[in-house]
Amino acid sequence: MKRWLLLLLPLGFVGIALFFYQGLGRDPTARDSALMARAFPAFEAVTLEDANRRVDETLLRGEVTLVNVWGEWCPACKQEMPQLLELADHGIRMVGVNYRDRREKGRAFLDEYGDPFELNIFDPEGSLGFDLGVYGAPETFLVDADGVIRYHHKGYIAPSDVQARILPEVEKWR
Amino acid sequence: MAIEIIPEVGHFALMMALVMAIIQAVVPLAGVATRRSLWMAYGAPMAAGQFVFLALAYLCLSASYLLDDFSVANVANNSNSLLPWYYKASAVWGNHEGSVLLWSLMLAGWGFAASAFSTSLPRDMVARVQSVMAMVSAGFLLFILLTSNPFERLLPNVPADGADLNPLLQDFGLVVHPPMLYMGYVGFSVVFAFAIAALMGGRLDAAWTRWARPWANVAWAFLTVGIALGSWWAYYELGWGGWWFWDPVENASLLPWLTGTALLHSLAVTEKRGSFKSWTVLLAISTFSLSLMGTFLVRSGVLTSVHAFANDPSRGFFILVLLGVTVTLSLLLFALRAPRVSHRVGFGWLSRDSLLLVNNLLLVIMTVTVLLGTLYPLILDSLNLGKISVGPPYFNALFVPLTVLLCAFMGLGPSARWKRMGARELTTKLWLAGAGALVIGVLAPLLYAGQWNLWVSLGLVAALWIVLPLVRDVIDKCRHAGSLGRGLARLSPAYWGMVLGHLGLAVTLVGVTVVSNYNVERNVRMAPDVTVEVAGYQFTMRELTSRRGPNFLADTSLIEVRRGGDGRTFMMHPEKRLYLATGMPMTQVALRPGLFRDLYVAMGEDLGGGSYAMRIQYKPFVRWLWLGALLMAAGAVLAVIDKRYRRVATRRGAATRRVTP
Repeated sequence: MKRWLLLLLPLGFVGIALFFYQGLGRDPTARDSALMARAFPAFEAVTLEDANRRVDETLLRGEVTLVNVWGEWCPACKQEMPQLLELADHGIRMVGVNYRDRREKGRAFLDEYGDPFELNIFDPEGSLGFDLGVYGAPETFLVDADGVIRYHHKGYIAPSDVQARILPEVEKWR
Repeated sequence: MAIEIIPEVGHFALMMALVMAIIQAVVPLAGVATRRSLWMAYGAPMAAGQFVFLALAYLCLSASYLLDDFSVANVANNSNSLLPWYYKASAVWGNHEGSVLLWSLMLAGWGFAASAFSTSLPRDMVARVQSVMAMVSAGFLLFILLTSNPFERLLPNVPADGADLNPLLQDFGLVVHPPMLYMGYVGFSVVFAFAIAALMGGRLDAAWTRWARPWANVAWAFLTVGIALGSWWAYYELGWGGWWFWDPVENASLLPWLTGTALLHSLAVTEKRGSFKSWTVLLAISTFSLSLMGTFLVRSGVLTSVHAFANDPSRGFFILVLLGVTVTLSLLLFALRAPRVSHRVGFGWLSRDSLLLVNNLLLVIMTVTVLLGTLYPLILDSLNLGKISVGPPYFNALFVPLTVLLCAFMGLGPSARWKRMGARELTTKLWLAGAGALVIGVLAPLLYAGQWNLWVSLGLVAALWIVLPLVRDVIDKCRHAGSLGRGLARLSPAYWGMVLGHLGLAVTLVGVTVVSNYNVERNVRMAPDVTVEVAGYQFTMRELTSRRGPNFLADTSLIEVRRGGDGRTFMMHPEKRLYLATGMPMTQVALRPGLFRDLYVAMGEDLGGGSYAMRIQYKPFVRWLWLGALLMAAGAVLAVIDKRYRRVATRRGAATRRVTP
């Protein structure tokens, strides 16, 4: 066999590898954010802080808001708290969704790790979480002043995500 | 406390293993280049040391899981204090970091075994093999330490409890499927190392293939069992009753299996006849490269799959570099060093050689088909031509005819002679088997279902065409021995291995054919005391209750099943579970397995008013799928104990005895 023909083998592989490299930056599930550019789902619930205060989706109108889905049972949520506090320090309105949790546990969590939230929607059955298509906590949604979801952060907000992803998105929709 | 330092000990052991891997990669090879036997001798102790330290690291991580040390991020994210101990132990490999650690441990294990069993081989060959194994190992250890450290701590905010293992993974299937699969993937690294060593040394003779064959067989057996277990797990755990989905990650395990199968056969030709030399080397390189590519696809998140681990581009990039360097360098080495003039060992167009060549070509075409289907969505996406997914219709349309074609040649192969044989002789040997396969295959669907079915007949004819000539061949071989018993005893384990392997494929083929065509599935609404009939069985719901498991709540229904013929009854308990920590619902399927049929009941949605949606399936011959795979694996292992490989071991044993006083 001609030797140079054999050289096509490594070259061919390099070609495939280039496609792999291209594919790395892309998210194959990118289309999954079905709620993108849709209104925040309608809901009716009480708050974690006050069992008598009823809130609904109008809560999120009028100002750009970050909605963070968390639970006391979720270890990544504890790690995420410093980043959420930092975002609150930037003057961003934060609303929590206390997801599949018990009231006293949720409150104890905020006492221990800090409370960046204006208020927390109490969602013990996970029904709001279901409407939001949450896979697991933590997840964060950016809702604009008209109550439309503009950004969805799946999973934990790393310290580097604050500057790199969250703040630019907030600025974009303010 | 001692518990708190366990993760640090594990981390330290990982670094030790990396250092040893680097020494093992560099020193023996330098020894070969400078002809220093002391340097060459560095390989064996380093291989042993690597194995010991990786085992230590692995034990440390397992201990952190078992002792609920949630200061370790990996434990906090994947385990939970409520988990039973055996799932804590298996949760170690249910996540990215832990599973790469297991991968590396196995690689070190194979490396250690390869150096321990190779003491009778030429020293420079062993040194090269050890060096290549260590290069791969060092790459993976760097990957772990730089991007996927399982010992990362969550300090100072230690969570009180963990996030729980994905309920899908809380199952016996998880305990066994990944380790088997990894053993297969990693095992091919030994064959790869032998091939690269042979290329480096310029000694591409039959000798290296004899040394590499047992390793290829064992790795292939592990891979076969691993794939079968994955299919079995998907069948009963995912709640759909499917057993193969052409999911990218399933395909990723099928690809090295296909080239691995081609490799087993090509190794046989090279060892026996000295031909196909370059081809065998290329297959050895491809098989391991495809194993690595599978790892890349699972861990980089470039493709969507039920198996994908967390999507992290930095990890993906690292594995891609690892994959790129390994594959490009070995293919380049191959292009430069493959035999300049291949020794043309002549063989006729009708001979075992030529049939094995066709088998190899078909397997490679199958590999390319699956590879294209798997990568096509990625390639289109990269060229901005849109996001698509390639589904079962593509794979079935190409894979099924190729398999039938492969079987057509498989029937001929074992009866054919090496070098050349007359067409007349082959016809005399096989016409009866062929006619038998045709008649039984065509009539069977008529007798079984009362209706003729082309696909069933095709599948059965193909399976019988593999089995019947083998039967005839065994009888032929025994005829000369006088009595049947003596004849059977005289056949070598290698021959029995081949028979068992081919038989296994035929059994799997029957399973695939029958279950794909005669599967009965019904979705029904059931409430207490409702009766439904499916495929001659009456299903009656007797009770609907709730119970609490260790870490979940479940709705359980009690279903009485009465068989049509003899009225025998038994109970089945499908369940719907809600896992407390993650709030994830899961279907626990009720299965009544049998050699000739499975009954399968899965609980679906709660329809309110005490009634549930139920999916009831009747799956004939589905067990044959996995039974066949076990037979194939057993065949591969049986072939390893053949005398001609044992001879090496005995000689080594004799040598040791002389040394020990």
